[in-house]
Parts: sequence; C-alpha cells; structure tokens
Amino acid sequence: MYKIAKDNLPKLYVALQNIGTLLLPCKNKSGHADFAPYREDAEIALDAPLTNRSAKDVFFPQVENLLTFKTSGKELALEQNVPPVGVTIVMGVRACDARSFKILDKVFLKAPVDTYYKTRREQCVLIGLGCSAPEETCFCHAFGIDAGAPETDVQTWLAGEELCWQAVTANGEELTAKLVDGGVLVEAAADAAAAVSEQQEHTQKILSVLPLHDFKVNDELTKDELKVFHSKIWEQLAAGCLSCCTCTYVCPTCHCYDIRDYQETEERTQRYRCWDSCMAKDFTLMAHGSPRKTKVERFRQRYMHKLVYFPENNEGEYACVGCGRCLQKCPVQLNIVKVAKALEKAEVKQDV
Amino acid sequence: MQKIEKLLQKRAAELLAEGTVERVLAWHAGEFFYDNAPAAVSSADECDKLVYNEFCPANLCKYLIETSHAGKKTAVFLKPCDTYGVNQLLKDNRIKRELVYAIGTPCSGMLDIKKIKAAGAKGIISVSVDGDEVVVNTAYGEKRLAKADVLLNKCLMCKGAAYKIADEELAEPLPVPQFTGDKFAKVKEIEAMSAEERFAFWQSELSKCIRCNACRDICPACSCEQCIFDKPDTPVAGKAYADEVEEQMYHIIRAFHVAGRCTGCGECARVCPQGIHLELLNMKFMKDINSFFGQYQAGADSETPAPQVSFKQNDPEANSAVEGREQHV
Amino acid sequence: MCNCQDTLIPQIGVVTDICTETADVKTFRVEKIGGGKLFEHLPGQCAILSVPGKGEAIFSITSSPTNEKYMEFSIKRCGSITNFLHFDIEPGQQIAGRGPYGNHFPVEDKLKGKDLLFIAGGIGLAPLRSVINYMLDKRDDYGSIDVVYGARSKEDFVRYDELTNVWPSQKDTRVHLTIDRAQEGWSGNVGFVPNFLKDLKFTPDKTVLLCGPPIMIKLCLAALIEMGFEKKQVYTTLELRMKCGVGKCGRCNIGKKYVCKDGPVFTCDELDEMPDEY
Repeated sequence: MYKIAKDNLPKLYVALQNIGTLLLPCKNKSGHADFAPYREDAEIALDAPLTNRSAKDVFFPQVENLLTFKTSGKELALEQNVPPVGVTIVMGVRACDARSFKILDKVFLKAPVDTYYKTRREQCVLIGLGCSAPEETCFCHAFGIDAGAPETDVQTWLAGEELCWQAVTANGEELTAKLVDGGVLVEAAADAAAAVSEQQEHTQKILSVLPLHDFKVNDELTKDELKVFHSKIWEQLAAGCLSCCTCTYVCPTCHCYDIRDYQETEERTQRYRCWDSCMAKDFTLMAHGSPRKTKVERFRQRYMHKLVYFPENNEGEYACVGCGRCLQKCPVQLNIVKVAKALEKAEVKQDV
Repeated sequence: MQKIEKLLQKRAAELLAEGTVERVLAWHAGEFFYDNAPAAVSSADECDKLVYNEFCPANLCKYLIETSHAGKKTAVFLKPCDTYGVNQLLKDNRIKRELVYAIGTPCSGMLDIKKIKAAGAKGIISVSVDGDEVVVNTAYGEKRLAKADVLLNKCLMCKGAAYKIADEELAEPLPVPQFTGDKFAKVKEIEAMSAEERFAFWQSELSKCIRCNACRDICPACSCEQCIFDKPDTPVAGKAYADEVEEQMYHIIRAFHVAGRCTGCGECARVCPQGIHLELLNMKFMKDINSFFGQYQAGADSETPAPQVSFKQNDPEANSAVEGREQHV
Repeated sequence: MCNCQDTLIPQIGVVTDICTETADVKTFRVEKIGGGKLFEHLPGQCAILSVPGKGEAIFSITSSPTNEKYMEFSIKRCGSITNFLHFDIEPGQQIAGRGPYGNHFPVEDKLKGKDLLFIAGGIGLAPLRSVINYMLDKRDDYGSIDVVYGARSKEDFVRYDELTNVWPSQKDTRVHLTIDRAQEGWSGNVGFVPNFLKDLKFTPDKTVLLCGPPIMIKLCLAALIEMGFEKKQVYTTLELRMKCGVGKCGRCNIGKKYVCKDGPVFTCDELDEMPDEY
C-alpha cells in the first residue's frame, strides 16, 4: 500500500495530469460535484459523497460525432470520426459507479463491439475512492457491491490525513509505478492497512442503520416476465411521473441512445450519437404510431428493463448499482427502490 | 400535521366511498419521510396509505389535466399556493370545473431537504418537526435545525393562507411563513446590473440546463397539448445541443409563453435538478406586467382575463412600454 | 486501439434504379459503386439506409440473396426519410447503407423440404419476396409454395408483373390475389385476406410466413388457428423503430429481446412470450 498526505494531493493531480487527461469531482456552477477535467483553479471536491452524474460520459459521451458526410451533387463521401488517442485517468470513482461500468461493458462490448466505447474504455485508468460516509439514499449493498472497495484499477481511501493507495490491476500497477518513481507516492506505514479496514468497517456499520439497509431486489421478479409486465401496480406507480427523463440523465447504467444527423452546410453533415431516454414520448415513435403511447407504458419499460429484462439476458445481474441518484434527483420522488418494493409486494407476495 | 394527515385520509376515503369522486390526488410515503411522491388513488381502502406532512411540496393541480381528459371527477388536496394553479388551468380551459373537487389543505410552509442536507445532515434515518425546530435523526447523530432556515425558497415568499378556490376546507388554516419584504428584490438587483453583467449572469445560470424539461412538465401554466419543444424532427427537441444557446433560448421562450399566466407557485425552480433560479425570469415578467398593465396576480380567481389575452384602451403602446422600461434600469 | 470500421458506419452505395410500384411505394435498386451488392444477406434481414441530413431508417431487403448484382428495397412513403427517397432522389444518387441486421427466416434448416404458405398484405410482401425468390432459385429444396396476397386495390399490388407472370409459371407455385373492394377490371377475388384464407381451405400441414399490417396479422392468425394451424408453425416479421441495428440503443427492446438482433423474424408462439408492445 502507498500513500500521499492530503495536503500534497495537488502534486498527485499534476503528476497524473502529466500522464494522461485527469478527470475528478469538481464543484460545478450549481455547487454540485461533477467529474470535470483537472484545472489548477478548479474547486476540487474529491470527497463529495456522490457526483451529479457518474463518469459514464468518459466512455459514452452525451454527444459524440460518429462520422462526417460530404455531399457534392449526387456523390457522397464519408469519413469516420475516431475517438481521440490518449490516456484518460478518472479519479474519485465510487464503488457503485465502478460496477456500473461493468454493466455498460456488457452492452457495448458485446458483439458487435462498439468501437467508440471500446477505444475509450481501453485507454482509461480508473482510480476508485472507498466510501466513508454513505448517505441514506445509498443501497449498493443490495447488488453485492462493497462501498469500501471499488472495483477499479487502483483503490484509494481518505483515512485521517492521508490518501491511501492500492493498485489492483495491471494497469493500476503500471500507473502506480510511475507515481512511485516520481516520488509522488510513498510506501505507507504498516498501520495504513488497518486504518483502511477500520474505515471500511465503519462504512458498513453506517449502512446497517440507514433505512435501506435490508433492501434487496427480489429475484422472483425475473422469473415471470409477463406476470410482472401485466401487474396492475404500474398505473399507480407511474401516476406522479413527469416523463422529464432526469432519472435517465443521472443514472450510471442507462445507455439508450439516438443517432441523428446535423446538417452543418449543404455539403457537410455530421452524424452524431446522443443520449436518449426510453421515457421520452418519441422514443418508439414511428411514422404510423408508437407501441408505447402512454406514460405508464414507458415508465414500465424503463423499470422492466432494469429489473427484469437485463437480468434475464445477463445471468441475473440487475441494471442498477444502488447509487441512489434517482432517489436524490427525481422531482416527484419516484425511484427504483419504490418500484422494486411495490412490485415485490404485488407480484411476489401477492399482498396489494 | 399528523392530525391533518388523519383528516386527509378520512376525507379521501369518504369521498371515494360515497362516490362523490372517482379519484383522489394526494401523496404516498417514501422511504425517508422526506420523499413523499404525488399519488392517485381510486378506492377507499387505499386511503390509509396517503400521507401529508412538511414534505409535500408538489403542486398536484397539473395532474388534473390527465383526469379531466379521462372524464373522472377528482378530489385534489391543495395547499393555498396550489389553488392559484387550479384557477389558471380553469381559465386556460385545460380542466373542467365540474370534474374537480378542490380541498383546501392547511400548510405552514414546506421543508427543503436540500437545505437540510446543506446544513450538514447526512445519512438521514428520519426527520420530524418539533414546534419551530426540525429534528433530523442521522446515522452520524442528531441534528436540530430552525424550521425557518430550511423552508423551501418558494415558501419564503408565501402568498398567504387564503384558498383561491376550494369546495371545502380540510381543517383550520395553519400560520404561514410571514413575508414582508419586496418579492421583486432579487429581480431589481439584476435589473440594476449593466447589460453585459446581466447577460453574463443569465448565460451562466441557464448554461447549467440539461433539458430534462421537468420545469415545463410541472408548471400549471405549461399545458399545451403539443409542446413546441416536443417536436422530434425539429432541432429544438434538445436531444443533443449543438451549442448552449438552445438551452438558454428554451427558458426564455418558455417564460414568454407563460407570461401573465404564471402564478408564482415556485415549482419550476424547486424541481430543477441543476438548481437554476428559474423563478427570477418569471418574476421579472410579473414585475413588468404589473407596471405596464396594472397589478395582476395570475390564478387569484378563475374569471379575470390575463393582461396578455385581453385588450384595454389604455394599454401602453409598444414604444412607450419600452421607454417606460428604460426608467426601471 | 481498434481501427476497424465500426458497425454503425455505413458504406457508400448508389441507387441505380427506381421503379414506381403504386401511389406510395417505390422499389429502389442499390448497388456498390462499380456494381455488385453492398453486403451479403439472408432472406428476412434488413439494412439501414441513410440520407445525410435526414437520418437513418431500417428497411427489409426485398431482393433475394441469390441475386448477385444488386439489392432491392420496396419502400412505402410515410415519414421524412421515405418522403425524401420518393421525391428528392434520382437514379445515380449515392446513399449510405449498412447491414445486414436481424435474424433471418430459417431457409437453411427449418423451412427446407416444407410446403409453404406465404400471406402478405400491402407492403408486407416486401420481406417475404426475398424468401420467395430465394426458394424459387433453389426450387428443389422446398415443397409447394402458395402465396396469398391482399391489397387495397389492383393498383396497390407491389411487383405486379412478378406476381402474375413470373411466380405462377414456376413449379408447384401458386399465387392467390385479393383486393379489398370490387373494382372495374378486376375479375379476381374480392375480400379481406383472413376471409380469403378460409375460402382457400388450406390444410394445416404447411408452414406459414405472414407479414402485413398488425390488424391483418392478428386476424389471419386467428383464421389460421381456426383452420388447425399451430402458432409455432407461423412465422412473422415485426416492424418497429430501430436505430442502431445491433441491440444496444434500446429503441426496439421488447421484453428480453431486441427486435433488430433477435428478430425481426419470430414465430407466433415466440411472440406470445413477449410483452405485446409492437
């Protein structure tokens, strides 16, 4: 295990910035922490409990140009836009977000591989930060995620006056070696590991008294797709929903996208990919109508996908990591916990 | 408030059992006491699950549009500020009066969980109100906060306890937060800026926008059947912005569209996930309308036409309106 | 780092022929620049064609894979991209295309040796035509072929010449046409497809391939079941809005399936296991 004094963190940031593009939680204009490129004058908020969004836009940007078309008369030429070359380092990744990348991998790295995502993912080194002060909205434990041990290339913990650092993967070892050689990281004292364990235990203790400590998604829900689909409970659950799509925007595992053309000039068109939401009215709209005309159907689709369809296709893994962002951000307080609990009550326990 | 909650549950059950209404709009509890969600129930035996406490900020009147379309008579529990929205929806012909059963519900100000957390409360296990104090029981210990310090911004400018429309009142009114200042104070501050400073302020505020459209979706004055921003083939659908101007134009256009019909319920600013001060745009319009057309409060009743949709002989001419405005700057 | 062409990147092709079939259907012939097909495919698969500035849309490939020279798409105009294709392009226009996407009718295994009944309504013939021509090119691998095809009027049949002259002259191949309402100059059957099916009294030993408007599929399926067919011997192809074509963007997700990848060809008993959101 290595360490760096908290006061010396700026040195670490500069050293990382010299190795690749460094992204870490910084305060944005609204005062919320969000991943942003490192700048000396940025208001860094490494220990902010949760960023506004996960770092999914490192691999899956909100807007990404796929190709450029050039037209001249009847002729057409195209040029693929390739993602930039270069290492990206994301620091301060929480355990929930770290798992969410593995879920996104199951979508984008499944054949046929999405080369845009793959290129970015392979060039990225993730430095996780163990949680020390979970919120009541956290429920990563429901998905077997250890808040104190993010599944990243490097794990770090803010313990006392130090940042403790442990490489996990080969990429993590490589990065660590560079920092050790540069004198930025030093060997941690023997008691550092104990301090980290103490923090991890404390985190679990806090989680055990919070309201969602015993929340788990009932896996009976994935066993009868049509029964859950036809549940009478959806109407009631979706009643307050505004279809504003905020949940999709902040969710680390949401990955629906649209492909659109942007005509810059008569001769030049950009084809771009952008985030989209299955909750949006026009998501499944075709020239002659939409199979999901109502808000309730769209609401149902999002949660069925996360709680039933995705697990059915991925050995029982839910498309949720318990980060709690939907609990924090929904303007009308709807979220996946409420939905999962209501479904369990109505369809598994048959107690409406 | 617990007494009022019981009254609400009882009244909702009665109205459904009697068949006076087919549906009731109120709130359901969440996991944490502070995350109550708007809910619709249609049978008396579901009413014991309804809740009402200091965390029911949502203005439920917008959901009346759906039930009006479905032809179902709906009872809705309205705080005093929510009733303005109902009048506005009636004036805009979005809901039918005979399908609405408005129940005036006492309120003494709703609490802002964001302010409670900003005051340092984390790992919240439960929240309760004890007189003038908010008691937060957290995994890291108890925290006591003054209720006045953690009220929602919109409650700080409470328009008063009077219901502008009500078929009945659930209980005796509660004392509402007293507001004695100038509600346009912040607007005047911005008006006093130079044009460049003002531009920079708004550019900065509005660039936080992520186009979730929650502000539009919760606004009682935004009720177009087909919103101009929803047309999928137009670039203004905002899926992926080509530049920030679109986000900024969206808010300015929406403010224009609701001018004269905005009741100042404050929901738009409350629901914004990015914390944009949307209410300032709408308040600027309100201030201007007051000075050009005379003091006007949208939603105060369901008859008076809005200045923007009526013409009076002494309405200021466009030129004089602009000249008049120069004096405010 | 991966330099390979991503599956979302199309190739440039050229429209070499445009044939007006009906008032709102045209068949576009697309080739690689210099001749040949943009890519190989199997019957039932689709391609995503695009027009810069307008976007992409998925279309079933109506020509058979055994056609080595070009691919054909019979496209009904109903939206912004299809309207553009109909009105704003001429032969010689280059367009972009990518594919093939989706599963295909099991012409290599399950359908071999079977007696086949094709049922189509309107533009629904387009994907089935690929299968029919494929089978006619490999005639001895398949049993009898009956094609039941209904359209609003005589002018709404797609590929009329093929229907009346080419196919009926093939070995053990029959074409049964019907139109919705009586019309001068038409001496064939008049009536909706489901009723026509019952009149034709097919025996339930055939494998059915069915494609058309949703209501037609529903009623034909009911008629077939009445006639003793089982859902598992009826194949259909779904039409849904699809964007990526590779099961990632989420648009065509129904239940645990992605129509662009696990479909669009499904048997009717497979459809029963899916939520009915199509």
